[in-house]
Amino acid sequence: MRFELTPRASVAPFMRTLAPILAFITAFLIAGFVIWLLGRSPLAAFQVYVVQPLSDPWALQELLVKATPLALIAIGLSYCFRANLWNIGAEGQYVVGAILGSWLALRTHGTDAGIWVLPAMLLLGIIGGALYGLIPAFLKTRFGVNEILTSLMLVYVAQLLLDYLVRGPWRDPKGFNFPQSVTFDPAATLPTLGEASRVHYGTVFAVLAVIVTAVVVGRTLFGYRLRLTGDAPRAARFAGFSSKNTTLAVFAISGGLAGLAGISEVAGQIGQLQPSISPGYGFTAITVAFLGRLNPFGILVAALVVALTFIGGESAQILLKLPLDLTQAFQGILLLCVLSADALVSYRVRIIRRGGGK
Amino acid sequence: MKADVSSSPPLVALRGISKRYGDLLANDHIDLAIDRGEVHALLGENGAGKSTLVKILYGVIEPSAGEIFWEGQPVTIGSPVEARALGIGMVFQHFSLFDELTVAENIAVSLSDDWTLSRVRNRLGDISRAYGLALEPDRAVWTLSAGERQRIEIVRCLLQNPRLLILDEPTSVLTPQEAEHLFTTLDKLAADGCSILYISHKLEEVRRLCRQATILRGGRVIGTLDPRAKSAREIAAMMVGTEIGEVRSGTPHEPKGSMLEVRDLSLSAPGLHGQSLEAISLLAQAGEVVGIAGVAGNGQSELFAALSGERLAAAAETIRIAGQVCGTSNIDSRRRLGAAFVPEERLGHAAAPTHRLSENTLISHAAAEVSHSGFILLNAAKRLAQSIVKSFDVRTPEPDPQARKLSGGNLQKFVIGREIIRRPKLLVVDQPTWGVDAGAARLIRQALVDLAGEGSAVVVISQDLDELFEIADKMAVIHQGRLSPLRGITEWTKEAVGLEMLGESQLHGASHAV
Repeated sequence: MRFELTPRASVAPFMRTLAPILAFITAFLIAGFVIWLLGRSPLAAFQVYVVQPLSDPWALQELLVKATPLALIAIGLSYCFRANLWNIGAEGQYVVGAILGSWLALRTHGTDAGIWVLPAMLLLGIIGGALYGLIPAFLKTRFGVNEILTSLMLVYVAQLLLDYLVRGPWRDPKGFNFPQSVTFDPAATLPTLGEASRVHYGTVFAVLAVIVTAVVVGRTLFGYRLRLTGDAPRAARFAGFSSKNTTLAVFAISGGLAGLAGISEVAGQIGQLQPSISPGYGFTAITVAFLGRLNPFGILVAALVVALTFIGGESAQILLKLPLDLTQAFQGILLLCVLSADALVSYRVRIIRRGGGK
Repeated sequence: MKADVSSSPPLVALRGISKRYGDLLANDHIDLAIDRGEVHALLGENGAGKSTLVKILYGVIEPSAGEIFWEGQPVTIGSPVEARALGIGMVFQHFSLFDELTVAENIAVSLSDDWTLSRVRNRLGDISRAYGLALEPDRAVWTLSAGERQRIEIVRCLLQNPRLLILDEPTSVLTPQEAEHLFTTLDKLAADGCSILYISHKLEEVRRLCRQATILRGGRVIGTLDPRAKSAREIAAMMVGTEIGEVRSGTPHEPKGSMLEVRDLSLSAPGLHGQSLEAISLLAQAGEVVGIAGVAGNGQSELFAALSGERLAAAAETIRIAGQVCGTSNIDSRRRLGAAFVPEERLGHAAAPTHRLSENTLISHAAAEVSHSGFILLNAAKRLAQSIVKSFDVRTPEPDPQARKLSGGNLQKFVIGREIIRRPKLLVVDQPTWGVDAGAARLIRQALVDLAGEGSAVVVISQDLDELFEIADKMAVIHQGRLSPLRGITEWTKEAVGLEMLGESQLHGASHAV
């Protein structure tokens, strides 16, 4: 017996809209089943995971804070993924962007350098991420090295570099030997949106990135170039688009946006460098990009949904004693369900029996 | 066709075979019977349902309805293994051979385990002698010509003593001489009692070979007849459903000024089994159609890539377009010089399968009116796609469909129309009517001839000799990356072209050339 996927002759548009909703319900059912196996009430878990964060103003702010880096990175990744290039190293580009931007914050620490510091830091963050992203791109275009492996391995290099810096040269001398840098000056801190708010300007950057990307992808030749490179690489070459330049460009863009997310997080949210500045945003953003089907607005929604699972996961850990790993498992289940729903909308599954009369 | 009850039943009979793909009925109640030792032709345009039908017979796909009788007994053929066990052998249009293995190894891997290499070698000798299929067992396949590769496929089938041999468009990769050789082999096979189902859209060879022909159109049997009893024109009309006119050349083409000049162009092979180009020289003048004939795999796609700029030459002066040196310029700058290109592969190379026609106009018009300072002009692209659809009679299932939803012929009309509508000074097209139905092929050839008539230079690379004799003013033959001298079309005979395709005349000429 084997399964065969045959394309459906026509797909009703309402099924396309319904598919992600059904996928979500399925994912919740699977997760609920797992929670039931763990001996907890699925209903209570749903309450903690979904209902509470959405009904609590503090949690809603936290949602935006967590969704910001996810959206920024995922938007960048969508450029790569559209062109069928696999940047798995956004986490590393995020870290290097944070490091390079923070370098300026630490250099100007305690001086009365003016308002130029923050914009320069953000710029350095973008440059750092972009340059770090260009390493796998260069290795691919020059030597044909697989970008998945190099970009992934460079993540560990970046993380260990950060670890070295905060334990060594950049450690706060008055920090009781904690592995962390000094707290950034106000001039090097990304302001929050409004008083007593935790939401910082990074959120504005994320929304801007979404809008600009929507225009670039939908309306410009560059956007078409990415789609064509991804969908029909030979046709892209025939159209005169050099695949080398495309590769370099998309890695620079996605690296740059990851770097911006990194420096925004450090300068807006954490306020100093420490060994860990990300709960895996760079990897989770891959999920976000695909949950949003590489569509800029879809990514925005997906970033919010995934941020919800982060927050819900944290409270579930405290309130229900559920392991935090369940959050990652749920993100995985969700992605699997959405991708399967997409496939099932376009294809019909047939079971073929062998050896029988037919 | 009614089976004759008094005599023995036919070797194989199909009754009411239907195959449905979604809304499409690829086969619609097809009846077909083949007697022992009969050479039966299956004739039809592309998309008529020939391939579907033989795949059902060979167990590759399952029919939606209908029955198959083998010597009068109902059978189900669930897989090619079962088909072979019954005694059905099939030679596909596209070979399934391992380039790196030898002839004998290629044959041994496809047979059951009790066929050792030495046993294959012995039987290979017998079969080669009996049917004139000369093959050296220890040659690596990648050193062989298409004709020789096809012999491997045929021998592979014959080793299993088939009672029915199916051949799918077997002559599409052969020179005229190789094709004649194949016909002799098939005659001998039929005389020995093997039935043959011969799939083709070339009428002349069917008339040469077969006494029975079944004609398919739109998935239905249009008629079963003796192909020698009807004229080629009558049969063509049955295949296509309407009369096919001939291409009018209008006024004789007057060459005026060089549009494409290639001098001593040499390029190394792009891959392990690609073809290098050796000192190619070619001149195409405004107002003429220049044909380049040759058997597939002799450097046509490499030549196309060099002319289009998808691969760059080492020296700029080897290629001039409209007088401008451009051997090292990319495809975009060559387009700006007034050149246009249509590659062999429609889907994936000339057009992106999942993109709409309007988006596909961007591929070759990136520098032209459908974009403005980096922004796409969507409405202009839609209008352009629409005017291509209208001027080149492209039949679309919906307004602005995805490219993959068009049939081969309609998509080819679209990609050729997309270039012609720019009124290029030079058009280079690779296999313009490959796998295209007769109606579309005629329209495309007419458009190419008309474009030359309006003063453009048109270079047509084609494996279809009849096509080149119909539309070209001058012709050259490519063989193993070398191009024969360009001569007026009237100076060529089919025999002379065949010799060039085999490299015979180059061998004779080599004594004084090298």
